[in-house]
Amino acid sequence: MEPVAVIGASMTPFGNREGEWILDLLAEAGVACLEDAGVEPGELEHLYVSNMASGEFEGQGGTMNALAHDLGAMPAYAARIDQTSSSGGAGIHAAWQSIASGASEMTLLVGGEKMTHRTTGESTDVIASITHPCEYKHGLTLPSFAGMTARHYLERFDAPRESLGKVAVKNHRNGVDNPNAQFRKEVDLETVLESPMVADPLRLYDFCPITDGSAALLLCPESVAREYTDDYALISGISGATDTHVVHERPDPTVMGGVVESGREAYEMSGYGPEEIDVAELHDMFTILEFLQMEGLGFAEQGESWQLVDEGYTDRDGEFPINTSGGLKSKGHPLGASGVAQAVEVYEQLVGEAGPRQVEADVGLCCNVGGFGNCVITTIMEAGV
Amino acid sequence: MSGAGESGEAAGADGTDDSENGEPPMAAARYADGSLGYPPHPLGPDGEEPVGTVDLSEHTARVVTWTTSHATPPGVREPNHVAIVEFTVEGEPVRAIGQLTEPVESGTEVRPVYAEELRDPGAGIKEPESQEWDGYRFEPV
Repeated sequence: MEPVAVIGASMTPFGNREGEWILDLLAEAGVACLEDAGVEPGELEHLYVSNMASGEFEGQGGTMNALAHDLGAMPAYAARIDQTSSSGGAGIHAAWQSIASGASEMTLLVGGEKMTHRTTGESTDVIASITHPCEYKHGLTLPSFAGMTARHYLERFDAPRESLGKVAVKNHRNGVDNPNAQFRKEVDLETVLESPMVADPLRLYDFCPITDGSAALLLCPESVAREYTDDYALISGISGATDTHVVHERPDPTVMGGVVESGREAYEMSGYGPEEIDVAELHDMFTILEFLQMEGLGFAEQGESWQLVDEGYTDRDGEFPINTSGGLKSKGHPLGASGVAQAVEVYEQLVGEAGPRQVEADVGLCCNVGGFGNCVITTIMEAGV
Repeated sequence: MSGAGESGEAAGADGTDDSENGEPPMAAARYADGSLGYPPHPLGPDGEEPVGTVDLSEHTARVVTWTTSHATPPGVREPNHVAIVEFTVEGEPVRAIGQLTEPVESGTEVRPVYAEELRDPGAGIKEPESQEWDGYRFEPV
């Protein structure tokens, strides 16, 4: 199997994109990605749109067909990928499969979501609709799962509440240097710890915002990549896995089985282990998730990740930078776009285009979490040579 | 309440048959390997169909963890106290999730209490007819 390369990447500014809707956002990122790579729309053979809920949020269906026409990509095969919050990662998996299988030699992936025109309650309900009926009828939301998990983690591992706040402080600090981040403002620990309570013990600054935005990647075989550029990244390993739909049925509330399993398989495919990853984008929809992914992916022992954050080990200038983009916490979380945007950040780090966020990195990892760990995609990328 | 054993067998696997007090059972599935699961699934962890049910409403449980949600969707009470709880039935653990009648601490012993409507079925995004809206809250013993 020929290696699969990423030769272009783009993302729109994330935030409140008033007056712009899902099709506008997808087209903006799609056009920018093609321009970034110097590829014409007519060269596309496959086109994937990662999107969780444009029908529920906006009443817009058929986004993949609309984008194909807006880009002039016909007759390229087009499909929409929905895997809840991990739709972006699942889109990478589908795009990777299309190239790896030989079905396509040029595949565009665009992830996007339009959310901010809805109230917080309405958006929360759209997202909560992915829960099991036995959870939904009790008013369970993703933030409430996060609150219960955070409480259990803090109590079980004797971790201080401040440790979660430090994740938010770090990721906001990283987001200041991301021109496309929703929040480009530092926050201090006191602000985080005194912000309004959302799901006890988690407060407002422990949560990512509601966001509009889109991001895109262009994939092709490595031999084709060399016709376009010397600066590309390779997808070295990728895997997706599921955990229980019903969250309380997991044997250990602090372990996301989908993270563990997708990480294990991605490591195996890539030939790299956790100690060889130079930079990572983790799905910090809630601060507690950064801890769970660090531990599930082998970057820390169970119950000890908070100490690494506390020591600055995961700072941008630390030994192992996590969420140099600002993460979902600062950059924003337009559901279908987030997994793609994680890979955009890792791609930019690997090809040396991350500007003030640049760190030394030859191998990077993204972990995109759907639901509350229900579906997970882990992707490992390395710099092309 | 606790240790009901076989007397806790629920009337139906789908939890729709009422018990003697007129309230539906809180039905957990019993699988062939002896494990219990709530809610029941068509196939259990061993890949086999459930071999029976247990009515958890006749047992008490311990709170594993809890939260109070202050940002609730349309039709949900605010604040919404919720918890993951663990029952032990004949030595087998089985967890459930649900609303609390009041704030608790981890480790608190609770019992299920029936509620005809846990949230307003017509206020959210889901079709009201697509699922049931009654169930069991947990209150401290």
